[in-house]
Amino acid sequence: MADTPMQMNAETQVTQSAKPTPIVPPSNIAGQALSLVIAIMSFLACLTVGAVLMIDRSASAWQSQISREATIQIRPARDFDIETALMEAQAIAAGFEGVVNARIIDLPQTANLLEPWLGTGIDLAELPVPRLVVIRIDERNPPDFKAIGAAISEAIPNATMDDHRAWVDRLVSMARTTTFVGVAILALVLTALVLTVVFATRGALASNHVIIEVLHFVGARANFIAGQFQRRFFWIGLRGAVIGGGGAILLFLIFQFWAQRNLTTAQGEQVAVLFGDFSIGMGTFIGALLVIALVATLTTLTARLTVIRTIYEIDEQRADPSRQFY
Amino acid sequence: MIKFENVGLRYGMETEVLRDVSFEIPERSFQFLTGPSGAGKTSLLRLLFMSLRPTRGSISMFGRDIASIERHELPILRRRIGVVFQDFRLLDHMTTFENVALPLRVRGKDEADFRSDVSDLLNWVGLGDKLHALPPVLSGGEKQRVAIARALIDQPEVLLADEPTGNVDPHMARRLLRLFLELNRSGTAVVVATHDLGLMEQVDARRMILNNSHLDIYG
Repeated sequence: MADTPMQMNAETQVTQSAKPTPIVPPSNIAGQALSLVIAIMSFLACLTVGAVLMIDRSASAWQSQISREATIQIRPARDFDIETALMEAQAIAAGFEGVVNARIIDLPQTANLLEPWLGTGIDLAELPVPRLVVIRIDERNPPDFKAIGAAISEAIPNATMDDHRAWVDRLVSMARTTTFVGVAILALVLTALVLTVVFATRGALASNHVIIEVLHFVGARANFIAGQFQRRFFWIGLRGAVIGGGGAILLFLIFQFWAQRNLTTAQGEQVAVLFGDFSIGMGTFIGALLVIALVATLTTLTARLTVIRTIYEIDEQRADPSRQFY
Repeated sequence: MIKFENVGLRYGMETEVLRDVSFEIPERSFQFLTGPSGAGKTSLLRLLFMSLRPTRGSISMFGRDIASIERHELPILRRRIGVVFQDFRLLDHMTTFENVALPLRVRGKDEADFRSDVSDLLNWVGLGDKLHALPPVLSGGEKQRVAIARALIDQPEVLLADEPTGNVDPHMARRLLRLFLELNRSGTAVVVATHDLGLMEQVDARRMILNNSHLDIYG
């Protein structure tokens, strides 16, 4: 162009800021709302991941603790020396392979066990209270419970062997059910997370339709337009997910701190028995990182696909003028 | 450069908006496109800009039949066309300067290479003091001029302007017309869709008049 306006004032100087305004606005109400929704959903998902891992750990611990022990119960009878019988039972049990040790629950310990029912200050010697021998078992090499039971019954007719099998079976079943319910809830929360992120991202993009159209009409390629949006939405998704995931981990750390401070109290012991030690394992961190990565990837991909689809629809309208998308 | 042959356009099951429209836009030509409201000027411009395809007839753009143009080729062809939309379509979060520079930015050009061109063009359309203003604070006429500058910045082979002087005073309208004529002299074919008879009388140019879905050409 010889005499176009571009050459007319060539001396004109412009001072533009060093960093140009991003083509996709950095922050608007839709973007902030999306970030908030992502933060809330990531928080819930990370909490669920942590809770499921804790339940799984606790369920395994219940199962393992109870299956590590078996009990010999000796009932009192007239003219029966229960103390001798206890020692005999202890000796028989300890002689079997796979038994780590056998321990007699002495009278004070028995009184402690019965205290919730009988109260304090009771002389157990006056009462026909059964006595126990607790057998600790090598979990990796368990003994033959039937053989121990038969040997004990043969030597001491008043004695019965309880290998806790019924309890273990129930606990295994309960632990599995609890873990399954936890995993099912996690699956539901993750599904809700995915759907929320996808629809919220699409909603946030709807307000940017004009930008997509203008870029398309000034000759930008679909990849260029999608690239602009996916970068912006990646950061929105990542920010929301880090805030939500970080919040969940912080909450776990607060619980862990509280649990450790209250470990010695009755309240703390009850919580520890039910829910384990509230420790933040590596699994919880990895789970939270996976949730954050999932959310950021999902937001980016949804943004890309929505932009490509919008361009496709603009071009579809071109091919079929009767179609109205917006 | 652009050739329409027996082109018809219909939206859905409505009657045809354009019927048997045939014309050519040669290189370096200048024409007005006019007609009453609802005559189909904007639809014809959209066909010229390839944002619509005709329901019948054939259109050839830059030697290519548009029926055979693939989706991914459209951006490259559109870069040869500058468009001034009736509703401006400026990006509100970008300054005047950035809106005008947008076509160059999406082509991957460096700001240092086009900074003076953009500012010169904005000076010429009378917006030299509004380089950093955002569109929401501009008047209708100022937005119009930003839209025109954006369409011109990459020196397109064809400029399509939909009512480019609809929001400016007569003095600015004459100034913009001079800009279009200068562009035309430098090699750009120009199609100006307008209702403004006064504007058309200032230039001895071809007139394409749309009426009852038909196109008549004078000059």
